[in-house]
Amino acid sequence: MNEEKSGQMNELGDMGAMAWVNAGLTARYRRERRFKFFGLAAIAASLMFLVLLLGAIAIKGYTAFRQTQILLDIHFAPAVFDVHNLASANYAALVRDATLSLFPQAMDRQDRRAAIKLVSIGAAYQLQEMVTRKPELIGATKPIWVLAAGEVDMFVKGHISRDVTENERRISDKQATWIDQLAASGRLRQTFNATFFQAGDSRESELAGIRGAVMGSFFTLAVTLAFSFPIGVAAAVYLEEFAPKNRWADLIEVNINNLAAVPSIVFGLLGLAVFLNCMNLPRSASLVGGLVLTLMTLPTIIIASRASLRSVPSSIREAALGIGASQMQTVVHHVLPLSMPGMMTGAIIGMARALGETAPLLMIGMVAFIVDVPRGFSDPATVLPVQIYLWANNPERAFVERTAAAIMVLLLLLLAINASAVLLRNKFERRW
Amino acid sequence: MTMILDVALGMAEVAAVKRSGADMAVVAEVRKVDRDQRQTVGLPFVEAPRMICREVNVYYGDKHAIKNVSIDVGKNEVLAMIGPSGCGKSTFLRCLNRMNDTVAGCRVTGDILLDDLNIYDRKVDVVPLRARVGMVFQKPNPFPKSIFDNVAYGPKIHGLAASRAELQDIVESSLQKAGLWDEVSDRLDQPGTGLSGGQQQRLCIARAIAVRPEVILMDEPCSALDPIATATVEDLITELKAQYTIVIVTHNMQQAARVSQRTAYFHLGDLVEVGSTDRIFTNPRHQLTEDYITGRFG
Repeated sequence: MNEEKSGQMNELGDMGAMAWVNAGLTARYRRERRFKFFGLAAIAASLMFLVLLLGAIAIKGYTAFRQTQILLDIHFAPAVFDVHNLASANYAALVRDATLSLFPQAMDRQDRRAAIKLVSIGAAYQLQEMVTRKPELIGATKPIWVLAAGEVDMFVKGHISRDVTENERRISDKQATWIDQLAASGRLRQTFNATFFQAGDSRESELAGIRGAVMGSFFTLAVTLAFSFPIGVAAAVYLEEFAPKNRWADLIEVNINNLAAVPSIVFGLLGLAVFLNCMNLPRSASLVGGLVLTLMTLPTIIIASRASLRSVPSSIREAALGIGASQMQTVVHHVLPLSMPGMMTGAIIGMARALGETAPLLMIGMVAFIVDVPRGFSDPATVLPVQIYLWANNPERAFVERTAAAIMVLLLLLLAINASAVLLRNKFERRW
Repeated sequence: MTMILDVALGMAEVAAVKRSGADMAVVAEVRKVDRDQRQTVGLPFVEAPRMICREVNVYYGDKHAIKNVSIDVGKNEVLAMIGPSGCGKSTFLRCLNRMNDTVAGCRVTGDILLDDLNIYDRKVDVVPLRARVGMVFQKPNPFPKSIFDNVAYGPKIHGLAASRAELQDIVESSLQKAGLWDEVSDRLDQPGTGLSGGQQQRLCIARAIAVRPEVILMDEPCSALDPIATATVEDLITELKAQYTIVIVTHNMQQAARVSQRTAYFHLGDLVEVGSTDRIFTNPRHQLTEDYITGRFG
């Protein structure tokens, strides 16, 4: 054996086989290192873009979670109130009087208007709510923190620069002086922006919140899940376990895969034509949004569910059939429970996609400006990504940070959903 | 006709068995059947059969996998089916409880009778059939459930147990018959997949006998097991013979010799030779059988 080998080596020439191998070895290793480097570089590039994106959003958006407030000494003058109808009192006048009392030097009409503009119109609603809850306030004078106007908030946060000329910024020099006065006398503070999480949309930036959009997203996704999961699983089970494998099955499979790649706006148009025009379902409702997203999510869920069913080894089916289980018993008792984690993972990923979907919802009117937080499936609603789209179109500086903040909330929700999918998979995944 | 030759050889064998051992030499002198001859030689038929197969043909699409096979399976016997890979022995085995129904493009012609029931009759329901003809597979395939649930599943779906206590009795007796009771009686709630390979296979046997079948089909039941587990399963097969009819496919000729009373040799879809195991291994009639058992191929 050894003699044979050495004989071969001699045939290769004086260098011998190992020398040839060694000569090529360095080049081989170099190629390998280069290959690894390219892979690493690709990962680094994508990570960089991700950090850039998230960083930009976070830097733009984090200030939205703080909100400027102004301390006003409100005198609940009894003359303003009608005991039988507390809601109709002129609360704006109370706010106006309290504001003007802070700035006695604002004498002329223009100055007074500028001073009043420092406080949000939401302050009146705040007082109304306080009095309705606690009527004994009438007659008293109380220091109350009220929302500052959006421009004041921007100015305090430094988003409106003092350096630009007066007519190019939305806070006049006089207003700036007043704001500085308020800050100096401790009548200005920044607190957690609870309004952002509790309110619906608003034209006033300081009153705008994502509650409406979040609830809209919730209702829409509930409808989507309720329709798409059972239908998708049933379709997958039939196609995978019962359907005869013939030309029709292939045709259906091709079509399902195709549907998964159809642009979502097309589903929106379909929803507009079928659900709104034919079935006369309410416009802008999360019910219709959910149905449209069901159409869009179904292929994803069917494909994931079929893959999950296919991953159950046929030996389990044979075992069940071999002791006389019927086809349905085999599926329901054995195959379905084993493939359920995979199906649920697929459904969750489908839901995550549906949560981020905008285009089809524009077609069915979910892009309307809706102030009220939806309370049911037929209420007019909007969803988070559409809210982001709406705010991004708003030129006001305060909406820029709110857009970013809404994106952060959406990303967090998506992260939570995807993390739950991963957890589910790790917990129930079975290796065969 | 070749059929006549076949019958003649069969008669000769019957005669040989009836005569004293000294006359065996006469039979041994019968000329070996030529390699090209594919008519079944030996004794495919028995006097009191449990299953009767006549002119069974199986096609996978265009492929003719089983060619005109006729054989009986006797009561309470172990019939071993041997042959090189791809010879159709597993395919034939899976015809006996219609497991081939699940294979797309598989077509079976001919008659297979279980007692008086033609199992390929249109009206026959496969569910009760498979309860009567149980199956144990090549790779142990317990359900990913508890040991108890594995065994109890069959009786449950067939409604064999009226109460929980009865179900427990069935599970216990099945595990005892499968020789697994002593090893698992204290952990019936543990998953069946956590057992060793040999234990899993015996669990599968227990699962099969829990529905009280008449025939048990075994498709290379020991090929995934180590020698010690194999020996345990073989002992079990020998014990089960008293109550059940067993058809076993095996690659292992020693195993066929150890556990079976009759052996059938398949070659490329043909049933080449059937006979008592002793006779097949000591005195094969067909040249192909001899080639296979002497290790010339396979």
